[in-house]
Order: sequence, then C-alpha cells, then structure tokens
Amino acid sequence: MKKFNIVVLAKQVPDTRNVGKDAMKADGTVNRGALPAIFNPEDLHALEQALRIKDKYPDAIVTIMTMGPARAAEIIREGLYRGADRGYLLTDRKFAGSDTLATSYVLALGIKQLFPVDIVIAGRQAIDGDTAQVGPQVADKLNLPQVTYAEEVLSMEKGKIIVKRRLERGVETVEAPMPVVLTVHSSAPACRSRNARLLMKYKHAKSVSELQEMSEDYIQLQKDRPYLLIEEWGASNISADTENLGLSGSPTKVRKIENVVFKAKESKVLSSDDEDINGLIKELIENHTIG
Amino acid sequence: MNNVFVYCEIEEGKVADVSLELLTKGRSLANQLKCRLEAVVAGSKLDGVEKQINPYGADVIHIAEDKSLYPYKTLPHAKIVKEVFQKEKPCIGLFGATSVGRDLAPRIASVLKCGLTADCTALEIGDHTDNKTGKEYKNLLYQIRPAFGGNILATIINPETRPQLATVREGVMKKEEVTGNHNAELKKVDAAGLLSEEDFIVEIIERHIEPRKVNIANSNIIVAGGYGVGSKENFALLFQLADVLGGEVAGSRAAVDSGFVEHARQVGQTGVTVRPKLYIACGISGQIQHRAGMDQSAMIISINDDPGAPINQIADYSVIGDLNEIIPKMIKYYKKNSK
Ligand SMILES: Cc1cc2nc3c(=O)[nH]c(=O)nc-3n(C[C@H](O)[C@H](O)[C@H](O)COP(=O)(O)OP(=O)(O)OC[C@H]3O[C@@H](n4cnc5c(N)ncnc54)[C@H](O)[C@@H]3O)c2cc1C
Repeated sequence: MKKFNIVVLAKQVPDTRNVGKDAMKADGTVNRGALPAIFNPEDLHALEQALRIKDKYPDAIVTIMTMGPARAAEIIREGLYRGADRGYLLTDRKFAGSDTLATSYVLALGIKQLFPVDIVIAGRQAIDGDTAQVGPQVADKLNLPQVTYAEEVLSMEKGKIIVKRRLERGVETVEAPMPVVLTVHSSAPACRSRNARLLMKYKHAKSVSELQEMSEDYIQLQKDRPYLLIEEWGASNISADTENLGLSGSPTKVRKIENVVFKAKESKVLSSDDEDINGLIKELIENHTIG
Repeated sequence: MNNVFVYCEIEEGKVADVSLELLTKGRSLANQLKCRLEAVVAGSKLDGVEKQINPYGADVIHIAEDKSLYPYKTLPHAKIVKEVFQKEKPCIGLFGATSVGRDLAPRIASVLKCGLTADCTALEIGDHTDNKTGKEYKNLLYQIRPAFGGNILATIINPETRPQLATVREGVMKKEEVTGNHNAELKKVDAAGLLSEEDFIVEIIERHIEPRKVNIANSNIIVAGGYGVGSKENFALLFQLADVLGGEVAGSRAAVDSGFVEHARQVGQTGVTVRPKLYIACGISGQIQHRAGMDQSAMIISINDDPGAPINQIADYSVIGDLNEIIPKMIKYYKKNSK
C-alpha cells in the first residue's frame, strides 16, 4: 500500500470572529491579548481531509506544520489529539513580521525538509488576514500545481488525485498529478473531534522550548517516549536566507491602521404608528427614492 | 512601461463585472498617475472581446487566445500573466477577489516576488516616507482593506517591489463607462508559443456552474432581513415589500446561517457589497461586518425593535418597533400613496 506523505499547514490565529468590546483598547487598537488563540478554522477542515486520506490508507503519515511563536505548539498538540502523526513548529525571531510571501518562503523550505511529500494541504485562508495567499504561494515556491477551494478528495490513484472544488456558483472536479498543494474551503466536512486515546497519548507532547521550562524528571520521561517531542526548526534548520525572512522578506508594509468608526448620522426616529409609516412612505415617494 | 494593468476574467464569453469595475478604478488611477490603463484577457473565442472592454477606457488590451485557456486553469493563466507582466513591467496589477483572482494573483506575486494585498475596499494614490530610513516614495498605491474581522482598517503599501498587486471583491468598486469613443490598441500574446505540456498537468474533469440567479449588487432597492425576521416563512413578508417596491431581498449572515435565505443574498464583508439607492434593514442589528457591505447605500432605513441597535447609527430613518407590524403597513401605505 502506498505510504502517502501528507503535510498539513496550520496557523494559530486570534479568534477574530468573537471580537467583543474588551478586545478593542481605549485608543482604538486591537488588544490581541484579549482574543483567544485558536486553530484557524479552515485549517481544521484541511486536517480532516488529511485524516480521511489516512483512514483510507492507514500507512499514510500526516504531519502538521505551523509557523509561529513558541505557543503555537498548542495547535500541533491539538492536531495530534485528532489524529496527526507528528508536528513541526517553524519558529524563529527572524520570522516575525512576515507577510504572506515571507511566510510561504519559510513553509516551503520546511516542507522541503520532509520531501518526498505527496500532498500539502492547507486551509483556504486564515481568519486574521483572510488573504488566501499562502497556499498558492507555497505551491509556486515548490513548483507544484495547486487545487484551491477544495471541498473533497475523491480519489488518489496511480499518482493522480481527483478533487472537487467549491466555487462561487458551482463545483468543478479536477485531476492533478501528485505532489500537489490543496487549499480547503470551509464547505468541506468539519474536523473530527479529539480522540480520547490520542489525548492521553499526546497530552505531554512538548516542544523543545516548552521542555526548557520543565523539571529534569519530566525531560527524562520525554526521552523515553520520543514521539512526544514536537520539533522546532529555526531559520538555520531550514537553510533560510535571512534576506527573505520577516520584515525584509515582506514586500508589503503596513502604513497605517485605523479603527473603524462609522459616523453616526442624524437619523429620524419613527414609531410603528400608522401616521409615522404613512409619512415615511410619502417622503420616499416625494424625493423619488421609491415609486 | 509602468502602467496600470487589470486582469480581466472571462465568464461564458463575457468579461466579469468585477473586472469592469476594476477597469473603472484602474482608469482613474492611471489618470492620476498620468500613465496608461492596460487589460489582460486570456481565454478562448475572444473575438470582439475589446467591444466589452473599450467602454471602460483601457488604452491597450493584451489578448491571449487559445482553446486551452477556457475555462480558467491556474498554470496556463499564471504563465501568460507572468510573461506579460515581466515584459511590460506594470506599476500596478489588479485582480478580482474571486475564486479565479485569488487563485492566480498569489502565484504571480510569488513568482515576481512582489507584494499583494487581498480584498481591498479602497485604492488610492499617495506618498510615503519611511520612518526609519527617511526615504521618500512618490505615488504609491495605498491598498486599504479591513482586517481583524473588520474591526480595523489597514493601509498597506509596497514601497520597493513592482507591480503593486491587489485584489478587490465584486461590487466594492463602481463600474462606469467613460465618455466618448475609446478604442484600445490590441496586442496579441502568443499563447501557443508560451504554453507547453507542463502547464496542462491539471485537468478539469467536470464543471457545473450555475447561472447567476439573484444579483442583488445591481438592485436599486434592497430589502434586507436579519436574524430578527425569525424564520424562512417570515421572509415572505420581505419578498412582498421588495416586490411592490421593485427591489431585491438580501440577508445578514445570521439570516443566511439560519437558512432563512440563500447565501447569494448575503450582504457584508463575507458576502456581497451593495450600494443601492435605498437599503431597508429589517431585524438586522448592524454589526461592523454587515455594515461594511452596505454603508455606502444612498439611503438607509432600519426597522428594529431595539432603539439601541448599532444599525440606527448609520440609518437615515430608524423605525422602532416590530417588523411584523411595520412591513405590512409599509406595503399598505405604499399602495395607497403611489397611485
Ligand atoms: C469575519 C466575519 C465576517 C462576517 N461577515 C458577515 C457578512 O458578510 N454579513 C453579515 O451580515 N454578517 C457577517 N458577520 C456576522 C456579524 O458579525 C453578525 O453576527 C451578523 O451580521 C448579525 O446578523 P443580524 O443582524 O441579522 O443578527 P443579530 O445580531 O442577532 O440581530 C438581530 C436584530 O433583530 C432585531 N429584532 C429581533 N426581532 C425583531 C422584530 N420582531 N422586529 C424588529 N427587529 C427585531 C434585534 O433587535 C436585533 O437588532 C461576520 C462576522 C465575522 C466575524
């Protein structure tokens, strides 16, 4: 049976879907600290696609790869609880301030370390930026074809993958040779939940930086169970060229950030009384808005 | 050299609305920069495509025609656009933020190593001084877009790299024909010569694209309902009002998520952007992501039983009360007064 090597790209993001009042500071900037950090939703859909392939081909290896600060090891653990086999955290001060181009450069180099890879699966986009750029840019950097907006992997035979895509007003089914990069749309099936057995197995999985804070005994425990180690790679591990990293590798710059304030209009307040509604309709007809 | 380029998407032989909107925006940017506006079209059977583009004021149209170029596929289109851009060195390149533009533009940005900003809601020309180096940049493209779930507005620039690439969603820019006759110069791109087998390794096996059924973006009057409408059945009331006023029905994301109306009718940051003459928001609270898709409407009426609903801050008229009572009255008095 074919031993598919699958890499899932995932990102830890602030939960911008629930930006409450306390998430904005008095000066109008976003208080990132007040937002919980979560597994980017569409990346969970991507993970599910990878796990479905593994259901069908149990020899497949599913690797989660993420670029982020040390705390992003959390989402690798989350992936392990749900069925991923291992994870790599790409982390380095030099990566800070990366835009999508610099990010895809790092991810592509990380993926290259795991070559030969059959499928790279990413979420279509991350909710903190909604750019949908990283997947295609990784594909370009690896010189691979891409299938974006993927909803379902239909088959994988003889080196070719057949994928259904979800477009604005329809679906498209495409066949691509592997290796290939897929980006998964939120219309794809949701990710399975944590598996109780895997949760027990991996709850002590720790990254190298996390281990530094642990006791000697704990570290010894880890050594006996190497699968608990979440590997961390910095710029030198992936032979990255510093020029292409972080701010210097990012052609886009943020010039200005503004809080969105809508200017309150002078609105006329009306009641549901017949008189008010009749008057409103008359006004609208008179100023040719309707009629 | 250093002109403004717009990638024109083709849907069933027609240039997509979003591309025409970008041509309009591109025309005004080019005028400001005193440069030319150029369009890139790739597809099959493109005879006469210039007739669709000319009214929007392009000076040059690059046409890559080959039967393999329709429907859109990533690799061949990326090759064509890359070649044209490498040869022509645009200062700006604009793409629709559609499943095509968002598939293509990042690949172009990656291969040309230049910056790309997704889903811009405004594009302006302006200068910039780098705080650290003191270096001055003239006439950059300000790429303005919402970030962080719509709570902030960021202005992005690409000081050093060219072209400055951006995608824009349909309906965000206004399409407008230029006055007078405009005849673009046509430049053929040698598609057959550029493309090779390796560009066709991905095959489309099947394709089902529904024709556009509802197009709320083009409607002058929109009756929009939110979670407050309560049910799919209750939406009938909104359809009645839209019907007598000659408008379309739209919904908030909460209404769409609850299955009251279909997704094609969703207004907002993750839906359609509209700018009708009249927007009637029924049972919509007016969260920032919803307002982002409708706050450019010429007139806004809100119908909400909560006087404190944020939608009232941007409404011209706030009718406070139960929509189940108010909408039938609006229909009644419209019928009475319009005669
Ligand atoms: C990244 C992101 C993107 C998003 N994109 C979009 C988007 O594109 N479009 C969008 O709409 N939302 C979007 N949202 C969701 C948005 O934040 C809101 O959750 C949503 O708009 C709320 O919809 P609503 O106003 O219909 O519902 P609610 O907020 O529940 O408001 C219902 C309103 O109905 C009123 N009401 C109830 N009963 C009645 C009655 N009988 N008569 C009159 N009034 C009544 C209530 O007072 C209330 O104001 C997005 C959110 C995120 C995080």
